[in-house]
Amino acid sequence: MAELVRDAPRRQELDGTRRRLADRDGFLAWIFLVPTVVYIIVLVAIPFFLAIAFAFSDVTAGNPSYDWVGLENFSRVFDDPVFWQALRNTFVFTAISMVLIVVFGKVLAMVLVADFRGKWLVRFLVLLPWTTPVALSSITWLWLLHSIYSPIDWVLRNVGLIEDNSYFLGKPALAMGSVIAVHVWRLVPLAAVIMMVGILSIPDDLIEASRIDGAGFWRRLFEITIPLTFPLIAVAALFGAIFTFTDMAVVYVLTGGGPTNSTHVLASWSFVRGIGGGDIGQGAVIALFLFPLLLAAAILILRSVRKMETI
Amino acid sequence: MSVTVEVSNLIKQFDGGHVRAIDDVNLAIEEGEYLVLLGPSGCGKTTLLRTIAGLEQPTSGDVLIAGSVVNGLPPRVRKVAMVFQSYALYPHKTVLANIVFPLKPEKLPKQERESKARWAAELLGIDQLLDRKPRQLSGGERQRVALARALVRAPHVFLLDEPLSNLDAKLRASARDELKRFQQRVGTTTVYVTHDQAEAMGLGDRIAVMDKGKLRQLGHPVEVYDDPADTFVATFIGSPPMNLVPRDGTLVGFRPEHLLPVSHVTGERVDVTFHVDRIEHLSGDRHVYGTVSGLGEENRVIARLPATVTDPVTPGEAHAFGVNIDRLRFFGAESGTRTEPIRVDAKHG
Repeated sequence: MAELVRDAPRRQELDGTRRRLADRDGFLAWIFLVPTVVYIIVLVAIPFFLAIAFAFSDVTAGNPSYDWVGLENFSRVFDDPVFWQALRNTFVFTAISMVLIVVFGKVLAMVLVADFRGKWLVRFLVLLPWTTPVALSSITWLWLLHSIYSPIDWVLRNVGLIEDNSYFLGKPALAMGSVIAVHVWRLVPLAAVIMMVGILSIPDDLIEASRIDGAGFWRRLFEITIPLTFPLIAVAALFGAIFTFTDMAVVYVLTGGGPTNSTHVLASWSFVRGIGGGDIGQGAVIALFLFPLLLAAAILILRSVRKMETI
Repeated sequence: MSVTVEVSNLIKQFDGGHVRAIDDVNLAIEEGEYLVLLGPSGCGKTTLLRTIAGLEQPTSGDVLIAGSVVNGLPPRVRKVAMVFQSYALYPHKTVLANIVFPLKPEKLPKQERESKARWAAELLGIDQLLDRKPRQLSGGERQRVALARALVRAPHVFLLDEPLSNLDAKLRASARDELKRFQQRVGTTTVYVTHDQAEAMGLGDRIAVMDKGKLRQLGHPVEVYDDPADTFVATFIGSPPMNLVPRDGTLVGFRPEHLLPVSHVTGERVDVTFHVDRIEHLSGDRHVYGTVSGLGEENRVIARLPATVTDPVTPGEAHAFGVNIDRLRFFGAESGTRTEPIRVDAKHG
């Protein structure tokens, strides 16, 4: 009896020390959520509503006082042919990049899962473009595509495919092609890694069953691997699309929108107008055009993720 | 009867030769035969099945299907069908599309493909499930879809890799019966891999017992049970396993159901004293655990008394038991393989 009495308070004490803050799920949930919520409010929500506000104002870099001007910025933007060119370019740029990113990403993913000697080196090299900062890699490409000293030109010339320099960044079509190529080069590794995860998640049994059922490489690819990894392919494609759609770094560094504004996309044009030209109202209007399309992309991503959960 | 599948001097090494998953196996499977590969996990039985399927390539030796050597050929040209332990149904395809899939490479018109698939589905009683997706099916239904998919291409041989192990115990017995009747109806040669001796005894025309990559014994279930080739087979098959008692460099073996009170042993018998430790009552039988003396060295054994033997057996006491002398099997103590009978003192009951 005496022992029991002596034991009782000690047990209580133990209980007290064990139940710490870290054991309280409700409290923890809040603590963990706060940084994200703050981040989203400060860096996403506030700029977004600011952009809407600026779109209806005459705010410029020189005169930041807010005056309501209604739809004047919109009509000025719509009257500018460069805006329409940039909008068209954005779609072309995104559509072509996305297709190429998915196709090359898929091929690369299959290379990455294959078993061969020195595969770690190949994996490392493949991921390099994604890990390099955009501005740096774009500058490298700027040199590679230089109008006079381009090594690509040099090789093509020496092989005998071309006689004169290509002026990659000097002709509208070639400049657009170059921008797309650099973008694809940069995003393919990310897509490949996402799709590699998809391929690795297919049970071996299924692949073996399809081999026994007489399916060759192509049938297996189109009837088993692609349908089973479709949700991840969709995620890779949509990520690619969003990165492409909102990206201005490649265009800005490589062509600066030129020649003669022919390679501008919405993001770069918005930057040039709003920051470079100081007309923040117009810049905001142009940037707002990204919103509905990004919203649609986000909804599609969430849907394919949900589909992935039900398979 | 002609031979459908044959493996000769088959060796399969993994890890650069450190592990021999299959160690010089020779096996000929006759047309229409139901052969069961039985062994503990890791014995090489699944590797053997996969080598026949073409999913693994042998390190040396030959695999012959329908008379031709298929070494190095991919699975799709071997005309084999396999049912995986997980069934490996294509989750994104309907049941019908799953069954049709193996017919696609055969360049048949779409109509014909579908009618063949429907025929297979009907045969297995799943024709009302054709529009479902695999995840909407029960375990038993999935197994039938997998069988229909295997059946539809009229393969030379069915390869079944533990197809019942994903079913619950109750369903397993009825599925086993169904599987056997199905095979008898279609008459296709079948190789069936399992670690469950009850499945092997119940299904197999012949059983191939494997251990550590080696084929230990090949024979009819009764033969494998009554005349095991070595102590591995003797103790792996049978539940409880065969009792082994050391005597003069030999192991004397007898099945638990042959160790009976003396009054129940007919014919020539050898008498032992059975010191009973404890008794388990299992489905009407009494499993009696204890130690025997008088046959060789003292050793722990199990006796299985059927419900018809009602003699009182009490734990802690010694009883007079006996074994019919024809039921004794002899193995080398060192090698473990069957040897000639040695002389034991026998009495007439």
